[in-house]
Amino acid sequence: MAIGDGLASNNQRRHLYVEQQVTVGFFTDPTLCIGCKACEVACKEHNALPHDGFVFTAMSYDNTGALGASSYRHVKFVEETALAPDAPPGFLFLSDVCKHCERAGCLEACPTGAIVRTEVGGVFVQDDICNGCGYCVVSCPFGVIDRRQGPVPGAGGAHKCTFCYDRQKDGLVPACAKTCPTESIQFGPLSELRERAEARRQTLLDRGIAGVSVYDPSSVGGIHALFLTVGDGARFGLPSSPEVPTTHLRAAWSSALLTSLFAIVASALAFWGAGP
Amino acid sequence: MPGLGTTLGRGGATTAPQDLLRADCILIQGSSMAEAHPVAFRWVVAAKERGATVIHVDPRFSRTSALADLWIPLRAGTDIVLLGGLIRHVLEHELYFREYVLAFTNASVLVGEHFRDTEDLAGLFSGYDPEQGAYDGASWRFAGDDPARPERDETLTDPRCVLQLLRRHFQRYTPELVRDVCGVPPELFAQLARALTDASGPDKTAALCYAVGWTQHSKGVQIIRAGAILQLLLGNVGRPGGGILALRGHASIQGSTDIPTLYDLLPGYLPMPKAGVHTSLDQYLGAVRSRGGGWHDADGYVVSLLKAYYGGRARADNDWGFDFLPRITRDHSHFGYFMEMMDGKVEGLFVMGQNPAVGGQHARFERTALSRLKWLVVRDLVEVETASFWYDSPEVRRGELHTTEIGTEVFLMPAAGHAEKAGTFTNTQRLLQFRDKAVEPPGDAKSELWFVHQLARRLKEMADVSARSEDEPLRALDWWYPENEHGEPEVHAVLAEINGYHTEPDDGAHHGPQVAGFADLRADGSTACGCWIYSGVLGPDGVNRARQRAPEGAYFHGWGYAWPADRRILYNRASARPDGAPWSEAKKLVWWDHERRRWTGLDVPDFVADKAPDYRPPPGAVGLAALRGDAPFVMQADGLSQLFVAKGLADGPLPSHYEAIESPVDNSVYEQQKNPVARLHVRPDNPLAEPGDPRFPIVLTTYRLTEHHTAGGMSRFLTHLAELMPELFVELSPELATSLGIEHGGVATVVTPRGAVQARALVTARMRPLFVAGRWVHQVAMPFHWGGRGHVTGDVTNDLIPLLGEPNVGIHEAKALCCALFPGPRPPDASIPRYLAAMAVRPTPERV
Repeated sequence: MAIGDGLASNNQRRHLYVEQQVTVGFFTDPTLCIGCKACEVACKEHNALPHDGFVFTAMSYDNTGALGASSYRHVKFVEETALAPDAPPGFLFLSDVCKHCERAGCLEACPTGAIVRTEVGGVFVQDDICNGCGYCVVSCPFGVIDRRQGPVPGAGGAHKCTFCYDRQKDGLVPACAKTCPTESIQFGPLSELRERAEARRQTLLDRGIAGVSVYDPSSVGGIHALFLTVGDGARFGLPSSPEVPTTHLRAAWSSALLTSLFAIVASALAFWGAGP
Repeated sequence: MPGLGTTLGRGGATTAPQDLLRADCILIQGSSMAEAHPVAFRWVVAAKERGATVIHVDPRFSRTSALADLWIPLRAGTDIVLLGGLIRHVLEHELYFREYVLAFTNASVLVGEHFRDTEDLAGLFSGYDPEQGAYDGASWRFAGDDPARPERDETLTDPRCVLQLLRRHFQRYTPELVRDVCGVPPELFAQLARALTDASGPDKTAALCYAVGWTQHSKGVQIIRAGAILQLLLGNVGRPGGGILALRGHASIQGSTDIPTLYDLLPGYLPMPKAGVHTSLDQYLGAVRSRGGGWHDADGYVVSLLKAYYGGRARADNDWGFDFLPRITRDHSHFGYFMEMMDGKVEGLFVMGQNPAVGGQHARFERTALSRLKWLVVRDLVEVETASFWYDSPEVRRGELHTTEIGTEVFLMPAAGHAEKAGTFTNTQRLLQFRDKAVEPPGDAKSELWFVHQLARRLKEMADVSARSEDEPLRALDWWYPENEHGEPEVHAVLAEINGYHTEPDDGAHHGPQVAGFADLRADGSTACGCWIYSGVLGPDGVNRARQRAPEGAYFHGWGYAWPADRRILYNRASARPDGAPWSEAKKLVWWDHERRRWTGLDVPDFVADKAPDYRPPPGAVGLAALRGDAPFVMQADGLSQLFVAKGLADGPLPSHYEAIESPVDNSVYEQQKNPVARLHVRPDNPLAEPGDPRFPIVLTTYRLTEHHTAGGMSRFLTHLAELMPELFVELSPELATSLGIEHGGVATVVTPRGAVQARALVTARMRPLFVAGRWVHQVAMPFHWGGRGHVTGDVTNDLIPLLGEPNVGIHEAKALCCALFPGPRPPDASIPRYLAAMAVRPTPERV
């Protein structure tokens, strides 16, 4: 598939992924992104999201700032000074989104069962079940999910990218991918996207672009929203080894158990030794 | 669009965004295409993926530059020097596509012996009248009497032949001059030249994309001319992956020149008659028609247009109603009538699809002029600043105007949005696309069709009972359109008239069957046509071709309808050799089929379908028959593209570099500083900075953001767009910010002789000072979408821009002017005139 396939493109075709329970994903390629923010707007439009305030951040052309309860797509603008006086400056764009982790911190932390995994592998928040406790907010290693501050629809609850689950059920492509003019955001079956991402990485390496990698961290068991990165992933604010808090659960409980056993034994010994 | 019109024959992009896919190199200059045309830019990204080299020339490293292989920063307003440098490079190193240039351009044509070049006259061409500030172009004519058969020198060696004149004219545009004027280092220039010339030849093509970054200059038409000359020398016009893509400002701007909202054009690029000049139809047709080429048939187009306007009242015995047409008496352009408005000579104004209180140049002037009207009608989706100027303009807030003293009666008419009405858009690639109405407009909001139709009906009713002779044209108007249930005229009926029909009526009908195309139009009153170039969009079969959505083949025929005659690539006869065979297998588009004796290929041939490549016109032939079988530019009298334009331009037959009217430097190319025929509009309320004015040492250029739409009426009022770009800002380099003490994210004030505007400072390495003529020149860039209303508000950037006009089309100069920059906000309550008066006498600062 290439840009310009028109209606034949995966981004434009109707599909049956929900019906067939195909695990789907996004592949976002910043080397094709033109920073137009059409994904942000299409997302807000489809999901009827409120605005995030009219604040000039002075962070390049990015006035969205971060993913949040009312911004499910966020185009990051990375400006870098030129390496040599006559060389062009760096100006990179990456459309960030919920990673829909295989091991999702938010889902694991949710005490009410409001956060579920859908047939297509997306992580979905059911607003009518969410009680707004906020445990998911601190459990997301990417800082994606957040509680919406009122007074707006859905205030109090936690919100994030829905993977356009409603659209997908109707056989439609998520709004961001559908609208992306350069197909920097691609949508499709995850296995296919992994292959495509790897092929893209190889293509760019063949063109002599160094340091290209596919962002798919194993520390969360892989993600459903892959990214291509050029150079250090930290350039795009992607953590090299994201962890969900429950990763250390077994170790934490084990050490707590060992510590308490040790304390019991130690105090028993102490009393034994101190006997009359 | 006289830049492309005079050079190639038609005022439209020669190609389509989709065809960029076939380019080997794409030069984007005078446009931030990724930002202003993100959807069309997908084809640039696709071409790059296929191996094309993408080059962006722009003062600002933008989102377009980020995707380009090569970014070339240049000083704003010096495009002709860079392009001239490339033309010189191509000529000096014999890198031009010789066979193409010889056959398809007027390179070999001899120019009359009275012509004198800028080389001889210190930057002026022959025929300049300093008193009038105008050229008499008589000495620019070609040698010989018959424009269809000019004298030629096929060896290209005669010093009077166009190629040799071109060589001499651009001789001084050396890489060193490019360095000293544009600030482009020779190594970078060499890279650019190599990329372009490597993509030229039988099996390679390069495309050129430009937008208002080229047009909004006091010499905009000549910048476009320079680009066209370069593309012709490289053999890139009329071929796949080549051409010139004139990216239009917004939806249907191409349409608004095709069926014009311009004062000096009638539909289909027919000129508006001038008072005292065009006193009869014959005289007018004599000026419009050519002996050879497509314009020979203009009599049919003109008479059919008059028949469409005046129906039965257009008769042979009254010159087909020619005298019903209004005449041009003076400059009726946007600036022309706004200046007259300021002087109290205009009573009323309709503003539809425009917001001059924000989008107009020297917008403070325009807002003040609005207050001198008796009445003002604004049709818009929201109450834009133009409708509210009388109570909340900056002038009212500052106390320069008082609501109680403004006599203008303002009528705000709610308008339907694009999904709330049916009709067509004509986009960048001359493609008519019909859209159906999706939802009913809310409340009283109405379509343009409804508004104009209902207004016309009422005016006609008034005219019918009036005895005034000046109402006769209104009485004569054939307003026949059937109404639908909403009180709108039937769109189909309007489109049928645009397409054209036979006037002999079917039984009980207003007219006969529609014509199949403009070839059917006649000058005998038997046909009527509202816009000849659109003819064919709704033919006798009743199929609305603009509504087609079944694309087929390499050029998407079956999706919409491209004028003329669904030809997607203009002048595509040039994609074949003079003998009719494709230049190469890789770049074939249209070719001569020897067996069927017809032109065939991937596109509709922009040529007489059965005219053989070896056709030679018999003596006395006229029209298209007067053009040879190897002459692809069918709208030209000689069928050739015009490297040298002998007729039709106000400021010279060849492009020459003049500095912007407001420039920090002297012209180092010629003694002549500025375009000698630019319309300067000298008046006390439109002050201009002199060249090198030490008070205004910084170059200012304006641009558009992806996130907003022009004057903001369709974006500042929508939360999803407004939040993305909430405040006006000015982009400046770290070097300039340091020297002026301006902090990143802080507030800065930008001042020109006409206004002071406050903006947030975006300090970025994407702006870069340039070393020009021995010193550093700083440039700053500002978007212009903010005004006093909507979710996000801000100062009006256009308050800074002067009223002045390019000599051919009257467009302003917003892409290169001079300003001063200060840290901190402008005084909040001081009136701008007082502030500027203080500015005028402040001590001269050291040049930055």
